[in-house]
Amino acid sequence: MNLDAKVPGGPLADKWDRHLADLRLVSPANKRKFHVIVVGSGLAGASAAASLAELGYQVSCFCFQDSPRRAHSIAAQGGINAAKNYQNDGDSTWRLFYDTIKGGDFRAREANVYRLAQVSANIIDQCVAQGVPFAREYGGMLANRSFGGAQVSRTFYARGQTGQQLLLGAYQALERMIGKGAVKMYSRHEMLELVLVNGRARGIVARDLVTGEMESFAGDAVVLATGGYGNAFFLSTNAKGCNVTAAYRAYKKGAGFANPCFTQIHPTCIPVSGDYQSKLTLMSESLRNDGRVWVPKAHGDSRGPRDVPESERDYYLERKYPSFGNLAPRDIASRAAKEACDDGRGVGPGGRGVYLDFSSSIERLGEQAIRERYGNLFEMYERITGENPYRVPMRIYPAVHYTMGGLWVDYNLMSNLPGLHVVGEANFSDHGANRLGASALMQGLADGYFILPYTIGDYLAGAKLEKVDATHAAFREAEQRASAQLNTFLSINGKRSVDSFHKELGHVMWNECGMARNREGLQRALKKIPEIRAEFWENVKVLGSAETLNQSLEKAGRVADFLEFGELMCQDALQREESCGGHFRTEYQTPDGEAMRNDHDFTHVAIWEYQDGAAPVRHQEPLDFEFVKLATRSYK
Amino acid sequence: MKLNLKIWRQPGPAAAGAMQSYVANDVSEHMSFLEMLDVVNEELQTKGEEPIAFDHDCREGICGTCSLMINGTPHGPKRATTTCQLHMRSFSDGDTITIEPWRAKAFPVLRDLIVDRSPFDRIIASGGFISAPTGSAQDANAILVPKPDSDLAMDAAACIGCGACVAACPNSSAMLFTSAKVAHLGLLPQGQPERDQRVLSMVHQMDLEEFGGCTLFAECEDACPKEISVENIARLNRDLIRATVRDRGQVHVESGAG
Repeated sequence: MNLDAKVPGGPLADKWDRHLADLRLVSPANKRKFHVIVVGSGLAGASAAASLAELGYQVSCFCFQDSPRRAHSIAAQGGINAAKNYQNDGDSTWRLFYDTIKGGDFRAREANVYRLAQVSANIIDQCVAQGVPFAREYGGMLANRSFGGAQVSRTFYARGQTGQQLLLGAYQALERMIGKGAVKMYSRHEMLELVLVNGRARGIVARDLVTGEMESFAGDAVVLATGGYGNAFFLSTNAKGCNVTAAYRAYKKGAGFANPCFTQIHPTCIPVSGDYQSKLTLMSESLRNDGRVWVPKAHGDSRGPRDVPESERDYYLERKYPSFGNLAPRDIASRAAKEACDDGRGVGPGGRGVYLDFSSSIERLGEQAIRERYGNLFEMYERITGENPYRVPMRIYPAVHYTMGGLWVDYNLMSNLPGLHVVGEANFSDHGANRLGASALMQGLADGYFILPYTIGDYLAGAKLEKVDATHAAFREAEQRASAQLNTFLSINGKRSVDSFHKELGHVMWNECGMARNREGLQRALKKIPEIRAEFWENVKVLGSAETLNQSLEKAGRVADFLEFGELMCQDALQREESCGGHFRTEYQTPDGEAMRNDHDFTHVAIWEYQDGAAPVRHQEPLDFEFVKLATRSYK
Repeated sequence: MKLNLKIWRQPGPAAAGAMQSYVANDVSEHMSFLEMLDVVNEELQTKGEEPIAFDHDCREGICGTCSLMINGTPHGPKRATTTCQLHMRSFSDGDTITIEPWRAKAFPVLRDLIVDRSPFDRIIASGGFISAPTGSAQDANAILVPKPDSDLAMDAAACIGCGACVAACPNSSAMLFTSAKVAHLGLLPQGQPERDQRVLSMVHQMDLEEFGGCTLFAECEDACPKEISVENIARLNRDLIRATVRDRGQVHVESGAG
C-alpha cells in the first residue's frame, strides 16, 4: 500500500505556497475535457462541485437526499473558526494551527493542519461574498464568539444555524452551476460501487432511489464527500441517512481506512428518553459559553435542581479545569460527564444526565440577552423535552457526533487509489484524535473551495488517462455485484427488520467502543459483531422490490456495511494501546483520570487495508512533529 | 396512548393511492411523530406488510426533508415546528390522525407520503444566488452590513425549503419560498448587482414549474415551521415591479435554468 503523504518540504508556513507553485495546471481548453464525479453534496461536496465547475471541469454530483441542500452539514449549529483576529485578542494562523493540533491530541499531520489554518480566513471572505448572513455588530462588522478548546474568540456564526447558512451558500453556488449546465446533479441517487480501471478510480455505480435503476457513471476522477460514520452507533446526532457505504465500499476496493476508532462524543446532547429513540439531538457547544455544567455533590440526590443549594453543587468542569472551565474540549467534557454519572451523581431518568444551567447568566445579562444568543436552541430543547430551560436547567448527556477517522488521503487529498479524492468528514486528515468545535465546517469548506480545486488539477494534468466510458466491463461487473446484493436482501425473508439489527449493533458499539474502551470490552465486541452479522444475513426481512422506491432496502445495504465496519472500528481501538483524544482506553490513564498517550509507540496514523476473506492489515504513517513539541494536553 | 391513523398509501408515481387505517398502540408522549411512525412500520413489517414510506433525515428540524399533512395542517398542530420535532404530547389517547403527503401539482407523489420537491432546486438554480466564484472575494469586513439588514436577511435565510408553504396555500403557490430567497439576498449589499435579474428569473421559473399565483391568503406564514414572514412577499413584489419597469421584464436566461 503506497502511503506517501507527499508533504512538501521547507518551513511550515511556506509549504502550501510552495506546493501551489509546483502543482501542474490544466489549461482552460483542456479542463472541459475532464469529467469529475463528486459524491455527496454537503459543505465539502457542494463547495468542491461548484468550484470545479467554475474552473471549467465537467462535473456530476450525487446525493442520496431529495436535494443537495439537505446534506447533514446543514445541522451544524455553533459556528466556523477562522484566524482573522478581528477581535484583536492575539489570534493568528499559528495559534489556530496549534489549538487544532493540540485539540487533536497530537495525532494529526502538521502540514495539513497548518494549511487548514491558513485558508480559514479565505473561507469567511468567500462566504460573505456569497451572502451568508453571519452575525454582525452594530457597526456592521462581523461578530465572533468563543468555543471549546480555545482562549480566543475566532468563531463566526449565524445564530444557531451556521451550518445551514454555510451549506445554503455552497448549495446556491452549486445550483448556479447546475443552472448553467456545468454540473449535472443526481439527487436521490446512492453510490453503491467504486469502479477502478487499471488501478485508477474511474467512476461509480449508483442506484436511482426512485426507480431502483442501477446506473454507471464514468469519469476521470472521483471525489468522495460522503461524511462520517457516526451512525455505526445507531443513536447519534447524525441524520438518519448518514452512512459509511461509499467510504466502506471504496475501502473494499483497496482504499486505506485511517484511524476508524477516532470518534467524537459530543458532551451536550439531549439525553435518551426511551427504546423508541431514533436519534439524539445536539445542543450547540456555544451554550457552554453561558451555561454552567453541574451535578449534585451528593450521591443519589433526588431533589429538583432549584432545590439543591449552591454549596451542594459540583461545577465539575470549573473545578477540574479552572483555566478552560465549561469550555474544556469535547472529549474531556464528555468523559467528565460520564464519570459523574458513573459515580451515581447523574440527574434525570436513569441518572444519565448532567445539568447545563443558565441561571447565573440570565441573572447577569438578562433573559433577553440569552434569548438573542440561543433562542432557537432553547425552543428546540423545550419542543423535545417539554421543559423550559429559562426556568429549569437543561439536562444533557454525551452522544456520538463526529468521526475524525476516515479514508486515508495524502497532502493532495487523494487516497492511495489514484484518482480517488476524499474531502470533508469522509477523510481522516485534520482533526487527529479529537476535533475542536467549529472546525468541521472550516475543514469541509477548506477542502472543497480552496484545496481540492488546485490539487485535483495536478492529478488530471499528470495522469495520462485512457478513454473509459460506462460500457467498460468493470462497470457491468460492479452493477451486477450491487444488484446481486439487493436481491439477496430481498430473498432472505427472515423475521427481523433491518433497524432491529442496526440497534443491536449500535448497543454493542456504544457499550464497548464508546466514551471509554478497554481490552475485554473490545474483545467482547469483536466476538459479538460477527454473530449479529451472521444472523443479519440469515434472518433479515426486507419487503418489496428493488425496482421501486424502497427505504428498507436502502437501509439494508447501509446496515450490512456498518456490521462489517463496526468490527474494524473495534479492531482499531483494540490495537491502539494508548488513550488520546476521543479514544480513551481505561487501561491507559493518569492517576487523576486523564488520557495517557503513548508517543513512543503510537505517534502514527493507523491505516487498514482490506483483505478479501482474511483479517485486514494494519499499516502505519508515522507522524513527524517537526514544528511543534509533543506535550501532554492540559486544560487545567 | 392508543391512536387511530389514516394514512395515504400509494405504491408509485403512476399508481392510484388511497387512505388506509392503522392503529398505533402504546404510544409514549415523549416520542416524536416520526418515531411513532417508526414503531408502526416495525409492526407492519413483522406482519409482512411494506412499511409506510416517508421523507425524513436530520430529525432535528433543520434539513427540511420531513413533510406530512397532519390532520390537514402541514407539519401538524404545533406552531413553528417541523414534523420531526412534533412530539406525541401534542395528541391525546384515542385521537384519530390523518396523514397525507403535500398536495400540489408541482410536487407529484413518488410513493406514499414522499413527494418530488425538485422544482424548488430549479427555482434556486434560476437565480437564487450571488455570483461569487471561489477565490474572488475581498476581505469579509471590507463591506459593512448594518446589523438590522443582516438580521432581516437571516430571518429570511432561515427557510428550510420543506414546502409547507406550498402545501398550505389554496393556490399551491411557491411565493413564500421564492420571496424568502429574494429578500435574503436583496437585503445584503453583496446581492445588489443581480437584484433585478434574480427576481425576474426566479418568478419566471416559479411559473414554469406550475405553481399557482399568490393571492395573499398568508396561510403559508401560518404553516411555516421557521416563521418566515409574508413581508418577504411584499419585498419580492416591490423588487419585481422595480425590475420589470427598469428591465422591461426581460429575463436573461443565460444566467439561469431554461
